[in-house]
Amino acid sequence: MATITLTVNQQTHTIDCPPTTLLVEALREHLRLTGTHVGCDTSQCGACTVEVDGKSVKACTMLAAEAEGAQVTTIEGLAKGGELHPMQAAFREHHGLQCGFCTPGMIMSANDLCRRVPEPSEHEIRHWLEGNLCRCTGYHNIVKAVRAGATAMRGGK
Amino acid sequence: MATESPAKTQGMGAAIKRKEDRRFLLGKGSYTDDITLPNQSYAVFVRSMYAHAKINSVDTAAARAAQGVLAVFTGTDVAADGLGGIPCGWLVKGKDGSNMVEPPHPALAQGVVRHVGDPIAMVIATSKAAARAAAGLVEIDYEPLPAVGRLEDATAPGAPLVWQEAGGNVCFDWHLGDAANTDAAFAGAAHIVKIDVTNNRVAPNAMEPRAANGHYDAANDHYTLYTTSQNPHLIRLLMAAFTLHVPEHKLRVIAPDVGGGFGSKIFHYAEELLVAWASRRVGRPVKWTSERSEAFATDAHGRDHMSHAELALDATGKFLGLRVKTLANMGAYLSTFAPAVPTYLYATLLSGPYDLPAIYAEVKAIFTHTVAVDAYRGAGRPEATYLLERLVDKAARQLGMDRVELRRKNLIRPEQFPYQTQVALQYDIGDYHATLDLALAANDRAGYERRRAESAARGKLRGFGISTYIEACGIAPSALVGALGARAGLYEAATVRVHPTGSVTVFTGTHSHGQGHETTFAQIIAEKLGVSTDAVEIVHGDTDRIPFGMGTYGSRSAAVGGSAIVKALDKIVDKGKKIAAHLLEASPGDVEFVDGQYRVVGTDRAKAFGEVAFAAYVPHNYPIDTVEPGLEESAFYDPKNFTFPGGTHLVEVEVDPETGVVEVVDVAIADDVGVIINPMIVDGQAHGGLAQGIGQALYEEVRYDAEGQLTNGTYMDYCMPRAADLPSFKVGNHVTACTHNPLGIKGVGEVGAIGVPPAVINAVLDALHPLGVTDISMPASPEKVWRAIQAAKQAAHQATQPAGKGA
Repeated sequence: MATITLTVNQQTHTIDCPPTTLLVEALREHLRLTGTHVGCDTSQCGACTVEVDGKSVKACTMLAAEAEGAQVTTIEGLAKGGELHPMQAAFREHHGLQCGFCTPGMIMSANDLCRRVPEPSEHEIRHWLEGNLCRCTGYHNIVKAVRAGATAMRGGK
Repeated sequence: MATESPAKTQGMGAAIKRKEDRRFLLGKGSYTDDITLPNQSYAVFVRSMYAHAKINSVDTAAARAAQGVLAVFTGTDVAADGLGGIPCGWLVKGKDGSNMVEPPHPALAQGVVRHVGDPIAMVIATSKAAARAAAGLVEIDYEPLPAVGRLEDATAPGAPLVWQEAGGNVCFDWHLGDAANTDAAFAGAAHIVKIDVTNNRVAPNAMEPRAANGHYDAANDHYTLYTTSQNPHLIRLLMAAFTLHVPEHKLRVIAPDVGGGFGSKIFHYAEELLVAWASRRVGRPVKWTSERSEAFATDAHGRDHMSHAELALDATGKFLGLRVKTLANMGAYLSTFAPAVPTYLYATLLSGPYDLPAIYAEVKAIFTHTVAVDAYRGAGRPEATYLLERLVDKAARQLGMDRVELRRKNLIRPEQFPYQTQVALQYDIGDYHATLDLALAANDRAGYERRRAESAARGKLRGFGISTYIEACGIAPSALVGALGARAGLYEAATVRVHPTGSVTVFTGTHSHGQGHETTFAQIIAEKLGVSTDAVEIVHGDTDRIPFGMGTYGSRSAAVGGSAIVKALDKIVDKGKKIAAHLLEASPGDVEFVDGQYRVVGTDRAKAFGEVAFAAYVPHNYPIDTVEPGLEESAFYDPKNFTFPGGTHLVEVEVDPETGVVEVVDVAIADDVGVIINPMIVDGQAHGGLAQGIGQALYEEVRYDAEGQLTNGTYMDYCMPRAADLPSFKVGNHVTACTHNPLGIKGVGEVGAIGVPPAVINAVLDALHPLGVTDISMPASPEKVWRAIQAAKQAAHQATQPAGKGA
């Protein structure tokens, strides 16, 4: 067993787990942050996307031990004081979610895009989201939501 | 965009934002795998690596001795405890009246495995990692047997048999329609057009893998099962009556938040039974969560048909008759609704939206050594639509007619409704010409040549494809489906509980796994009672909270479940009228309920709905001799007919002739889904169906090799449509209200997946027509398109060579 100290959503936790524990397993099973989902076993679906030191990472591709010392943000860490993050609000406004399973990963990934490309085009959004699968929405409203979320994150309306 | 009522912010027609979104957006959804119970244990299944094998022995000693292992169970254990096999919910009878071959389906293999992924042993440990490690220690002595992995091989003489009792691997040989009439129609035809089509096997791929968590409470002798199901009451019914053999009151089935279903989570799967049973054996809750590769091998797949069809036309292009022969893959075992899919959900739709005076269809259902095939979004209707729309396009080419005009000529005209088809269904209403015109306008048909030339200037071949379709949903009238072999009724149930202060909780037997019922059903309440949607809570997915229900599939939730809610609401309003009449000192006959108020007709005397609700629970001034206190009503609704959404789907593609890559560049659809509760949600349902339909047409196919090995069972190998593979969609609606349910709703869940695949392939063939390509099968992958182009070029080259030269 290994003892790992993780900073998740600005809270520090120490967990005992096998050294092979993936970051997504540490989040879901040890910290009970179940908003980060597991939809595949080949790092294709992106449902487990979280933010590690400001960059989106598929949490199934990283050992929990590798995240020691890093700032990890999950979907649970986005809303402040009960108010949705602008990207979360945009997904609601534009019906960018149906079953909700891919949604946390989509939002974490979209936020990273918008930090890199503050005003992404539809083409840029569609290609950025290639690592996130959705089976419900056909992506149509996700693309709309990300554009609107990007605008809101820039401080626009 | 679907038609919106911009003024409305609450009831029917309002595009209000979804009530359920907040918990999903915050990461606070509660999906089955998110639920971890005190003292939780974890199950991993050991599954067959062979498509067909005899199991000489299973040695579990090493696994049992491994660290953290609580138990290892095999087929011997489930047999000793008398667990039932997984039942089939539909009995189809063959042409000769004989019952389908209905083989056993044990929860864990009994000496023989019949597909890759067939479960052999269940390992339960204190952690998932320990269970996984121990599963690798289970030693199985297999004796591989000959297997048949593909539909096209399964009916060949001498093909390995999946079941000895099913000669030729035939599960049933069934037919529908009038053979003699159809033969006569063909005898008098000016043109006969023939086509062979395959409908590719696809995996539903809800993003949430299946999971189940069983908990046996010994103190109360009671089971609770959390499961990823579209219909928890159906699972409870099947477990009570057939598999676990405990009475319903001792089994609670909870389907919490479910991450998509698309049909694959309708069915009763062995893992649901096994975790519940094993929990009793090990004395702890037992959780199993499918991995994605496990899902490919064990979730029921969809489609997998091979068909030959012939269309008879007169000299002007009027359809005279249709003949169809279909082979449908069942897999190795019969899943819950499998026999209904290629029969009553397929052949009954072969008239499409057309006035077709004679139809005869023959369907043989075939066993193969593959996982079961059952309902997947559309279920039978996409197969019928694909066949018909490919055939109609081919007819237009053969007769030299315009594809749009040939369809227009044969579409059922508005004045022909109700329209009795030759394949058992009676369509109540529709306006297929209206949806055709709406779609053509959205597509800008007139500007097509300019767009084609612009594509050509970039070296791309542009193609236009059309599909006019019909579907039957709102499943289903119980007596009718019972006569056709269904072993269940397909009504829906609802309870509406008005609380003393006027807020409302609705208990529905349907289940929402992305459809947004918590919002749309609240809109029905808001419309009928005049309360805010914020004052309404929709409860679904728990057999202990909801009286009964048949669940969500076949685009039935609003049409059937919504109707049950309306029936219960009618009872609420009627009872409230009696209470209000008493309070208003009027006769109930003089009281009307309008805009959330009970009013004495022709006066300004009124009581708000909330006041009446309060009086019902605090009955001090109350007609207590004739009216019971309380304001809660239940209703069951059994539909009178199927509902018939339909419409037109138009697709434009660009094909790169150098690489064979097909890009969908424009999708314009117009559907008639009946009355719309929430246009935002209706559009979203269409978008999702379109993506799955385009996925089937261009990207997706489950591949088994000839020996039944699954060769692409991961997301590394199975091509799921991604954001960059799809365009934005133009979605329009033309509403004709369903005539036989109280809300006029038809259903929208499946239209995209049903209508669009043939439009995509017809567009690809249109693009490739100048090169001489006349046929291509789904999925039209770059390799397949490139090969078709090369073959056509070679054929054209050979045709221009002088005779006697060349090989």
